[in-house]
Amino acid sequence: MSELVRRIQQAKATGDFRALLDMIPYARWLGIDTEVIDGELVGKLKFSDPLIGNPVLPALHGGTIGALIESTAIFRLFYEAETVVIPKTINLTVAYLRSGRPMDTYAQAHMTKHGRRVASVWVEVWQEDRERPIATGTVNLLIEPLTARTPEGSASGDP
Amino acid sequence: MSGPSRSRDEQLELYDQGFTQAVPHNRALGLRFVDFADGEATIVLPFADHLVGNPERGVLHGGAVTSLLDATCGAAVFMKLQSPEPIATLDLRIDYLKRGEPRRDLRCKAHCYKVTRHVAFVRGVAYHDDESDPIAAASGSFIIQGRGRPIVGKAGP
Repeated sequence: MSELVRRIQQAKATGDFRALLDMIPYARWLGIDTEVIDGELVGKLKFSDPLIGNPVLPALHGGTIGALIESTAIFRLFYEAETVVIPKTINLTVAYLRSGRPMDTYAQAHMTKHGRRVASVWVEVWQEDRERPIATGTVNLLIEPLTARTPEGSASGDP
Repeated sequence: MSGPSRSRDEQLELYDQGFTQAVPHNRALGLRFVDFADGEATIVLPFADHLVGNPERGVLHGGAVTSLLDATCGAAVFMKLQSPEPIATLDLRIDYLKRGEPRRDLRCKAHCYKVTRHVAFVRGVAYHDDESDPIAAASGSFIIQGRGRPIVGKAGP
């Protein structure tokens, strides 16, 4: 079993994604993290200056919000799936509702449909006030059971 | 964005400054503005170890691809506008079409095919070598800010 799969299994069992996140260079670099808030798994993007996309406002880069949405959807699937699965993103759609301010950002994913092959996940993103989301997103994930192939699946691409 | 007296190289340099160097996240990703035409922009995301999503495969993370597509689509809008105006992404859809190859740069070309009074519509693709065989495709709309209040009763977006 690969180290990555072992850490997915561990995150699934404990709800603690830190060891898994530690293994994903981009997540570490960007500042993606998870927290459990009121018993719910919440994705977090820790603010740092390199996340800025509009230095005049200033506002977060739209791509960083997309990254948080995609990652949170995948965490949710890891968390909910009956077995360890290697999801692949088919597509994501992001609605940008307000500019992201230079502060920590949170995301919560809701599994709209968890089928055998495809999971459709809806994600809400907020900063200070959960009632005022800065973005929402829909992520379609292709589910491949671990037994179907070697653990070489990427988090994205090749659906 | 610049007068017709500038050479194409000088203009490229200016665009690279404006779209990648002056934008902290684009600079952090190492983006380079490499080509343009009317309503078109091409930006390169160089491969880097810290941008990897799956360490066992060594391919760029989807988040970095999303940022590349968003940045290039936004730049394409500027290439279409007559004068620089602030814009913001309204929505963006990314389709992942095939698996990226390990440790390779990604090139993104976007085309702003329609601008209305308040909204710009863009499509883009990200690829390694062949634009017609993309890794990911994007479709987005951008709000053009600072054009005053919408005119009530005017048709279209």
